[in-house]
Amino acid sequence: MNIDNQKNKHVYWNPYFGGFLLGILILFTFYMTGRGLGASGAMKSGVVTIVDALASNHAEHNAYYSKFVKEEKSPLNSWLVFEALGVLIGAFISGGLAGRIGWRVQHSPKITSKRRLVFALGGGVLFGIGAQIARGCTSGAALSGMAVLSTGGFITMLAIFGTGFLVAYFFRKNWI
Amino acid sequence: MGPLIPNGVIPYEWNNIIAILIGIFFGFILEASGFSSSRKLAGVFYGYDFAVLKVFFTAALVALIGILYMDYLGYLNMEQLYIHPTYLWGAIIGGVVMGVGFVAAGFCPGTSLCAVAIGKIDAIVYVIGIMAGIFIFSELYTLFEPIYNGYFEGNITLMDSLGVNRYWFAFIFTIIAIVAFAASDMIRKRVKKIFY
Repeated sequence: MNIDNQKNKHVYWNPYFGGFLLGILILFTFYMTGRGLGASGAMKSGVVTIVDALASNHAEHNAYYSKFVKEEKSPLNSWLVFEALGVLIGAFISGGLAGRIGWRVQHSPKITSKRRLVFALGGGVLFGIGAQIARGCTSGAALSGMAVLSTGGFITMLAIFGTGFLVAYFFRKNWI
Repeated sequence: MGPLIPNGVIPYEWNNIIAILIGIFFGFILEASGFSSSRKLAGVFYGYDFAVLKVFFTAALVALIGILYMDYLGYLNMEQLYIHPTYLWGAIIGGVVMGVGFVAAGFCPGTSLCAVAIGKIDAIVYVIGIMAGIFIFSELYTLFEPIYNGYFEGNITLMDSLGVNRYWFAFIFTIIAIVAFAASDMIRKRVKKIFY
């Protein structure tokens, strides 16, 4: 994809418009299901399924996996997994309509692709661990929690963004 | 009266179909707002792009005000909604760990799925990282369990914690958001532009 270095060629929605629609969607989700949106829960179901398939005995005896392994149905048969499949479809449609689909590693011209991938992997590991400790990620804990005034949701949101601003200096080379 | 599925207004069998539909809209909105780009997301921490702040707070406020109105008008019983539980130190420590991960990788789990959908290889690596992180947490669960299960305060809301009226809170939160949006636009003008 050609990117003009003098101005951003990607045209995205006005952030207030996107935020408004996202808010309406969260409202609709609570109205339908009584719960909010999520993302990391689907990845947890994926991990539980893989571990259960490869080492079923281990999954049953581990105090964490065993919470999510049930006799009668697969961990993948969950609301959040279906929602995550929808996210992939919806993002693919939006990206397709805007011509943003293509295999690439996106990174600042000041760093190499390899460095970008190493940091993406490390950041992913941290986010995976953090999302388990806090029982939800930016979607499930912070955003959906804030919509119903959950104290934990507000604390997690402040901790994520507060820490982000505090440590941003150490990662500046990757972005600016 | 909502919520519709728990109250049996819509049969439970629709639950997973509705999940996919809600997911499609979620993914579409995030991608169209530019959240499939890690460089746009990271902008909030360096002051060159505040889309995260604007989308995130606008969404939280619209949902909150909508829920309060629907509860007030009797379409939705707020008491029946799932309130994310508060495990005090879990919420803080988990949030801090996620904050470092966010700046390091430039994605959160939901936005990374959008980036995977349009073929970003860094996002695929990030999702593998998340799954590895979940695996590490699960294997070392006994180590994490005291923070995971400890300091449980219940499914409390800010009304319980701060003793504020929820309508006043929504109003004050809106004012804070508007001030933050205005301040972010002023900061952005002073920061060196980054193109991506």
